[in-house]
Amino acid sequence: MANWNNLTKGFFKENPVFVLLLGCCPTLATTTSAINGLSMGLATTFVLILSNMCISLLKNFIPNKVHIPCYIVVIASFVTVLQLLMQAYLPSIYETLGLFIPLIVVNCIVLGRAEAFACKNSIGASAIDGISMGLGYSMALTILGSIREILGSGSIFGWKFIGGDAILVFVLAPGAFIAMGYLIAIMNRLLKKSK
Amino acid sequence: MEYLLIFISAIFVNNIVLTQFLGICPFLGVSKKISTSLGMGAAVIFVITLATIVTWLIQHYLLNPFNLGFLQTIAFILVIAALVQMVEIILKKISPSLYAALGVFLPLITTNCCVLGVAILVIQKDFGLLEGTMYALANGVGFTLALVVFAGLREQLTLSDVPNGMKGVPIALVTAGILALAFMGFAGLV
Repeated sequence: MANWNNLTKGFFKENPVFVLLLGCCPTLATTTSAINGLSMGLATTFVLILSNMCISLLKNFIPNKVHIPCYIVVIASFVTVLQLLMQAYLPSIYETLGLFIPLIVVNCIVLGRAEAFACKNSIGASAIDGISMGLGYSMALTILGSIREILGSGSIFGWKFIGGDAILVFVLAPGAFIAMGYLIAIMNRLLKKSK
Repeated sequence: MEYLLIFISAIFVNNIVLTQFLGICPFLGVSKKISTSLGMGAAVIFVITLATIVTWLIQHYLLNPFNLGFLQTIAFILVIAALVQMVEIILKKISPSLYAALGVFLPLITTNCCVLGVAILVIQKDFGLLEGTMYALANGVGFTLALVVFAGLREQLTLSDVPNGMKGVPIALVTAGILALAFMGFAGLV
């Protein structure tokens, strides 16, 4: 039961984007289309699961005084692994996401989960926490990406259903802020009702 | 002339927060009051310029000659974390008044993605040391400008009547969107 709660909390109750407001920079920057949002989310999930497991394993060996630098090194190592893997197997996605792949290092979700969960729990629970938070993050990015793609270029996952131009501003920077603002407002409303 | 163009382009046309989405967390987090946002901005300008100089030197004199390019991410984040820590210690000794003003904001900067972002961008754009320093300085100023303008807007927002569901973060994000829309007017300036 505890594991089930652990697994589902990332989607609604503790959704990293809509409720905890962590990791805003890549959320706004990479969601120009649904597919970009989804790939950024999965890339972050990869780092999140591995770093959570690794930190949970090392929690008894890391001295408390230097725990933040230690966590950052662990996270940065997994990000480098991800960078090399993506360069080798998914070069086109790596190009599109660009700067934001190395910037997963400073994504507050990863460090936040290490600090709040992985350093206190067993490796299994930490892995589940990573999966839950990562998939919740991916879900949020995909939703935001879909909305921006539908409104901004009249297509979804690259499949165009409106000929000609749509409301271009939603693909550009201002649309990201506005779409995200309304999404959080809707999410607040839904969560309040379910309580 | 070239440096002036770098400045105008980084501050207005390609503003780091409003068009490149770097440093959104402090942009939303410490923009409730103009005075704190000024302190945060000053600390960022300081660290971003220093970090870019040091990471540029590391990339060109350590990583490139030994073919260690793949260690870039780890090396840079460690340097930035150490640098922030060092700046904190030095400031405490040399200028306690400046330390008192910037103190709270300094540790937050390690996880501010605009510092690492600019350090990597300078390497990617193949800038020289002086150009890179200028670029970092300009981006720091751009960050401060966006932060202070946004803080001013948010101070006004507290006085206005906002619908219940939009209170807090949602209205702040929509405001930021309108601010970004205004900054789009600078496009084509350079």
